[in-house]
Amino acid sequence: MTHVSVAVPCRLQINGQGYSADLPPSVTLLDLLRERLDLTGTKKGCDHGQCGACTVLVDGKRVKSCLILAVSIPDAAVTTIEGIAHDGRLHPMQQAFIDADAFQCGYCTPGQIMSAIALLDEGHIHSRAEIREFMSGNLCRCGAYNGIIDAIERVVALQHRNQAGEAA
Amino acid sequence: MRHFAYSRPATFDEACHNAGHTRFLAGGTNLIDLMKSDVERPAHVIDIGSLPMHHIEDQPDGGLRLGALVTNADTAAHPLVVERYPLLASAILAGASPQIRNMATNGGNLNQRTRCHYFYDPAMACNKRSPGTGCAARGGRNRIMAVLGTSDACIATFPSDMCIALAALNATVNLHGPDGERTVGVRDYHCLPGETPWRDNILQPGEIVTAIDLPPAPFGPHHTYLKVRDRLSFAFAIVSVAVGLCMKDGRIGRGSIALGGMGTKPWCVPEAEALLDDRPPSHSLFRDVAGRLLHGATADRDNAAKIRLAPRVIERALWQAVSGTPQSQTDKTIR
Repeated sequence: MTHVSVAVPCRLQINGQGYSADLPPSVTLLDLLRERLDLTGTKKGCDHGQCGACTVLVDGKRVKSCLILAVSIPDAAVTTIEGIAHDGRLHPMQQAFIDADAFQCGYCTPGQIMSAIALLDEGHIHSRAEIREFMSGNLCRCGAYNGIIDAIERVVALQHRNQAGEAA
Repeated sequence: MRHFAYSRPATFDEACHNAGHTRFLAGGTNLIDLMKSDVERPAHVIDIGSLPMHHIEDQPDGGLRLGALVTNADTAAHPLVVERYPLLASAILAGASPQIRNMATNGGNLNQRTRCHYFYDPAMACNKRSPGTGCAARGGRNRIMAVLGTSDACIATFPSDMCIALAALNATVNLHGPDGERTVGVRDYHCLPGETPWRDNILQPGEIVTAIDLPPAPFGPHHTYLKVRDRLSFAFAIVSVAVGLCMKDGRIGRGSIALGGMGTKPWCVPEAEALLDDRPPSHSLFRDVAGRLLHGATADRDNAAKIRLAPRVIERALWQAVSGTPQSQTDKTIR
């Protein structure tokens, strides 16, 4: 007989902090972050996996937190927009979005930034066309796409400079 | 979302033996979406994420076994898939978005449901969602609906890109159910709607897809996945074509071809593929192949354009495969 229960144990690492609670299984990762942990940087847009506003990293991979049951990723490491600045300094991607004027209203921005950080890790950054294609899971209704790609290219260039510096 | 019971079994036996209205949860990209839309209303969600189906394994015959829980992204990026099955990697990258591909699994891709607008709207008649209520897509806004394999009861398009490549590659699906294990060819896995459109595939209650087996693919560079859609990215196919050709001295030895966006299931016609056997490539041959593939295509109110568009996409895909210049999924220019 399979064990079936109403509240289900949920154990996660969220931005480096342990989290543990019994949750109704219908609670999505997005709703856990926003409604129970006050991590409202992750946004709810379409709530159907289409807009990308809810993008977070789970074990380093970008995913849509609106389509994940919080109880279904035991012991996963979750990184949200609140977890990427260090020692009071913005993550280079956050700074690049400001420098490149990569947003207007800002609602899609946390998702765009989390997606862009994962994109750099995946390495799909060889051309503007490739960046555009691999950012297709994040919509921007203000149409700031050119600025978003500019911001990503700035961080790519920064990484190249840093690597060249280390090699020298 | 409605309330449901949840369990995460550690063994196939536990997972397969559950009575009542259950659904298996893997990546969740389709099921959770459908539950939010009140289309799926399971009483019990069985999370199969702990079952041992997370690996891609080399096979003794030169083929590959794709675990059902390997994500679409990890499959498309796997060195052996990239090396031996670039057609599959290409089709996967043509679909969904990076985030969705990081979540969606190979088994889930096979079992995803149609994106028919009427299926998704519980206020509309739909024999697939609510048997016996009728089909609002017939005579409705049906520009995206199927033109092949339809019935009076249903014209819903099968939405996958990955499965179109699997059909062209003649993959085999491995299943584990309450009565043990069995295998079925991917071309026989999905069902035509007929009078029972609520049945998407041959899965029996309690049965789980455990792996997809790929036989050795002898196509070399002579393949392509060509997808035509409303937007450049993140849109379902209006027409897509997966082709693999065995070329020798400028002649086609044999060919394998499957259509997406056109049918109520991945669309393959062995008689159309047989036309390619031991023939030099030519426009007239490819027109004949397209004609045979589209035999019996029937338009409803808004989707006749698919029947005019498809032969052009089929012929272009065949030429791309002949010349060994597969469609790029980054630079979308069709050459």
